[in-house]
Amino acid sequence: VVGLPLRAFAVTGDEAIAAFTGGAEVSEGDIKLTAPEIAENGNTVPIEVSSDSAAEIMVLAMGNPEPAVATFKFGPLAASRSASTRIRLAGTQDVVAIAKLEDGSFVKASSTVKVTIGGCGG
Amino acid sequence: MAEGVKPRVKVPKSAAAGEAIVIKTLISHKMESGQRKDDEGNVIPRSIINRFTCDFNGENIIDITLEPAISTNPYLEFEATVPEEGEFKFTWYDDDGSVYEDSKKISIE
Repeated sequence: VVGLPLRAFAVTGDEAIAAFTGGAEVSEGDIKLTAPEIAENGNTVPIEVSSDSAAEIMVLAMGNPEPAVATFKFGPLAASRSASTRIRLAGTQDVVAIAKLEDGSFVKASSTVKVTIGGCGG
Repeated sequence: MAEGVKPRVKVPKSAAAGEAIVIKTLISHKMESGQRKDDEGNVIPRSIINRFTCDFNGENIIDITLEPAISTNPYLEFEATVPEEGEFKFTWYDDDGSVYEDSKKISIE
């Protein structure tokens, strides 16, 4: 039996972005990602995303074994297109937020977080 | 059902009609990422909350897809508009098929 390459199962950050945007162009614009510059503990890193006109925001940790972190879809009663959570980071890396705006365009923000102790250890 | 799962939400008791309020939620859950290994080197299977939704009187506020990179005891904070008196409904969906719910009433000042 020939083993399948591991690559067949792992989705890279760029692939996850392409799946979200359908390959559309991603520009800078109406999106803000707030993350600490330095996180002592990668097990729980606070982040916040916000955008005035986003329908959805996807967050990725580009250096994690599985880059997808969360996708926030805002409903009619969302008072703001913003949300906060706490995430795991395997090590120092870029955290990326991509918003799909109401007009169908995509914008992106990114932030480098320096991690002292990784959060995906086994 | 995963053990020791307890949802907690923080919502104001009252608001002005049309006011934006902050909602904070936390659910105790191990959020096993599927990346860790046990002492024998076997991968510990993934077991996470994979979706969270919040609705008010049947209308959606937010619908979140969670991945294994969300920390243990997932914390979520967001803002909702309160058009009238009513009830918030919070729902968490576990990988194992369990569904955890909570609700909070709010009155108009």
